[in-house]
Amino acid sequence: MNLEELNATATSERLARAKKRHHIHVCVGTACQALNSEQIAKALQAELKQRGQSHDAEVKCVGCPGLCSLGPLVEVESRVNGQATTDAPEEDRRKSVLYQFVKPEDAAEIIAHLDGEPVKRLETPLDQPFFTRQTKIVLENCGKIDPERIEDYIAAGGYQALMKALTEMTPQQVVDEITRSGLRGRGGAGFPTGLKWGTVAKADPNAYPTNVPEGIQSRKFVICNGDEGDPGAFMDRSLMEGDPHRILEGMAIAAYAVGANHGFIYVRAEYPLAVKRLRTAIRQAQRAGLLGNGIGGTAFSFNVDIRLGAGAFVCGEETALMASIEGGRGVPRPRPPFPAECGLWGCPTLINNVETLANVPPIIMKGADWFASIGTEKSKGTKVFALTGQVVNTGLIEVPMGITLREIVFDIGGGIPGGRQFKGVQTGGPSGGCIPAQFLDMPVDYESLAKVGSIMGSGGMIVMDDTTDMVEVARFFMEFCMDESCGKCIPCRAGTVQMHRILTKIQEGKATQRDIQILEELCDMVKHTSLCGLGQSAPNPVISTLRYFRDEYEKKINGHHKSKPNGLSD
Amino acid sequence: MPRTLTINGQEISARSDQTILEAAREANIHIPTLCHLDGLTDVGACRMCLVEVSGSSKLLPACTTRVQEGMEVRTETERLRAYRRQIIELLFAERNHVCAVCVANGNCELQDAAIAVGMDHVRYDYLFPKLGLDLSHERFGMDHNRCILCTRCVRACDQLEGAHTIDVMGRGARSLIIHDMNVPWGEATTCTSCGKCVMACPTGALFKQGSTVAEMVRDADKLAFLRAARDRKVWNV
Amino acid sequence: MSKLRFASVWLGGCSGCHMSFLDLDEWLFDLAEAVDVVYSPVADVKTFPENVDVTLVEGAVANQDHLELIHTIRKNSRLVVSFGDCAVTGNVTAMRNPLGGADVVLDRAYKDAQLLRPQVPHDDGIVPPLIDHVVPVHAVIPVDLYIPGCPPPAKRIRAVLQAVIEGKSPEMIGREMLKYG
Repeated sequence: MNLEELNATATSERLARAKKRHHIHVCVGTACQALNSEQIAKALQAELKQRGQSHDAEVKCVGCPGLCSLGPLVEVESRVNGQATTDAPEEDRRKSVLYQFVKPEDAAEIIAHLDGEPVKRLETPLDQPFFTRQTKIVLENCGKIDPERIEDYIAAGGYQALMKALTEMTPQQVVDEITRSGLRGRGGAGFPTGLKWGTVAKADPNAYPTNVPEGIQSRKFVICNGDEGDPGAFMDRSLMEGDPHRILEGMAIAAYAVGANHGFIYVRAEYPLAVKRLRTAIRQAQRAGLLGNGIGGTAFSFNVDIRLGAGAFVCGEETALMASIEGGRGVPRPRPPFPAECGLWGCPTLINNVETLANVPPIIMKGADWFASIGTEKSKGTKVFALTGQVVNTGLIEVPMGITLREIVFDIGGGIPGGRQFKGVQTGGPSGGCIPAQFLDMPVDYESLAKVGSIMGSGGMIVMDDTTDMVEVARFFMEFCMDESCGKCIPCRAGTVQMHRILTKIQEGKATQRDIQILEELCDMVKHTSLCGLGQSAPNPVISTLRYFRDEYEKKINGHHKSKPNGLSD
Repeated sequence: MPRTLTINGQEISARSDQTILEAAREANIHIPTLCHLDGLTDVGACRMCLVEVSGSSKLLPACTTRVQEGMEVRTETERLRAYRRQIIELLFAERNHVCAVCVANGNCELQDAAIAVGMDHVRYDYLFPKLGLDLSHERFGMDHNRCILCTRCVRACDQLEGAHTIDVMGRGARSLIIHDMNVPWGEATTCTSCGKCVMACPTGALFKQGSTVAEMVRDADKLAFLRAARDRKVWNV
Repeated sequence: MSKLRFASVWLGGCSGCHMSFLDLDEWLFDLAEAVDVVYSPVADVKTFPENVDVTLVEGAVANQDHLELIHTIRKNSRLVVSFGDCAVTGNVTAMRNPLGGADVVLDRAYKDAQLLRPQVPHDDGIVPPLIDHVVPVHAVIPVDLYIPGCPPPAKRIRAVLQAVIEGKSPEMIGREMLKYG
């Protein structure tokens, strides 16, 4: 497919779409699917057919629109006047109704009300802050398009950015555009994406000994890190499920920019739906000539394979991830050399997180300046968060960098349920920290979060109310890290076990002041001596809860295990 | 290309392809190690050789970090000493290291490390895991109680013997050295019984059958000799 | 200078540390000049006295009696010294721990190994009940000094006691002072 064909496909899709008066979107993300949403879609379709309205309305299975706590969600988009025209912008003439907690048996009522008043008992307002306070870039297609149809993605402007990069820009211009946009890695550490791309683009594929398997014709690689593993995080899953082509397009642009011809998506096997949709997307893109050899009629070739992770948290660490792709044991190795110089099979390798790559097409289409105008001075664009815990609205949100925690928790999140008080919010999962109420008005950006002892992380955001036992929170995350430690380096392997043991002792009322001291020494040592990010960040939940909620620890301490003076001089 | 750097204030020169550890050793500056063994590739796992380098906010493993011009390295700060002692204590608490009944008593790198870091006691709880002993091989034995998971045996078997009989199973504290696909050592068909793993082991985890307390003698130097002989055709040491 | 009140106790261990102590040979005469032995396996004293200056504790904490005694020792001693590997690490005494709790160990000793009428002694007061997990002394009470070794060589014991008599902290550095086993 070249640019003309791409445009033709987009136009014919939009025309076909304009012919229907009603577009019914049923969320088939993992959460809604688990609540039987595919049955809802079938029931709606059957109902349309029975009523002879199939020509007038269509049912579409879409990705996650975000408000998971109200799922299964069904959105009905209807044309306001009866005329089918194609000249005016479509959105202007449409209105939407959102239905919550839909069951298959509600189908008849929903269809019956298509032309009349909405079904009041199911309706939830679309003008609530949860929706109005968000800024959607990465998630703009999620909940709007059918992730299993490439035509839907193309109709929404998909693959235009890739064609623009391939036909109008040099690889260096692409790197420059990303650099100027200020985009930073969304996997957690916030490394400047353009800098990484530039390093891989410049890297010499022959600098290190390589052993690329036969059949792979690439000496540089692009890897999409979809090994999302933080407890309570589902941003990348929703993206892969809801808009898989967006990720492929981002990867292809990245590959063009750095000079790679092969890419891998590393995704955990616990995400079967994401894997299925990515596989479908790859197949469709290949068939459309948007992946493979000679993309869009240019000389550029790029193939993508999927590699399934077996669910080890450490495989989200880039060197462990590469070891896993190579077929080895998923354990990290010391850096340098960094993957950008010596990565997969010894070749220069670009590893970006799912969300990072999903930001790429709009930056190419709308320009670096547009992107850089969103967010704060050092943190540009938006961030997707998985909002969970003791908050009214749980689900997936996308907000501009620099928004305050208070806006996220109380406006978008709807506050704390059950009349309880807000106590803290954990960002960055087991690698992050717990932020207390005093910082609610702090802007959410990489630097501010780090300053208060947490991290941006990949986007998990767990809200806690005043009933939460903070020592238990620390113990929970330490148990996670202990269980997920790969065992290669001693501080992480054995240190997490001892820290967990002390935290358990504190919970059982068997710990002394001396144990807290040993715990703090261990936190310091494990943080500074561990081989990879897993161990280096494992103490963070303990450090931050000790910093802000030390009284909760002290209350559980059983006496003072102190020596008396023994009268010896040194 | 020669590089000039300082280690603990002492000015030394090294080749650009040398690691801090190699440069330090040539200058007779001792940096403690456990997972390093001459003749095997380095993995940076034990963290005993971490050093402070001016300008780096992170501690760097001397075994895998190349020297650089003007580098200022410190190997014996109070902080590093405290960390090393903690690491050794963690190892002693992790499995069942009973020097008094060990074949390697008096000839053990872990025991030596405990002395070097001044470990007069272990402040962590001993975990006392229940671990097995594999005596199925006719000449050698493996006692997991004494294993510190340094993977020197894994690397010796893979890189010097080319058999790759040995690897690691499981993760975290449940990691375990295994033979083939976790079969008793005596049934591992890929094992050539060369004994290089036994030479490589820093503790009494791998031993020759028939040796009792403190009888173990080891030939770790032979591995470096083999590597030098193969790579550089140097046959006289 | 008044003499130090000196005690030594024998918990869960083999008494090898005390044997090594006796290996101090003629230095024991010098020691006798500096200390009064107020409690020891080699002295016939039934109850642990008060106001002890220094107590050497051999052996790990392995049964109920040890557990009670060790608290008395801490209460009544200015300096508690973990004496030998069992006291410092648990050592051989603690090798039963991986097997499980006390019951498993008693069955192994009294039932599995017996052919005739296997039974665990059960009358009250016959033997002190075992605690489930053997622990080093410092896991129960704060300890002031540690003398590793199985047994600690006589020279090491002497170096520590010499320092204590002089009111100094002994320098526990190097192979001579710190080698376990």
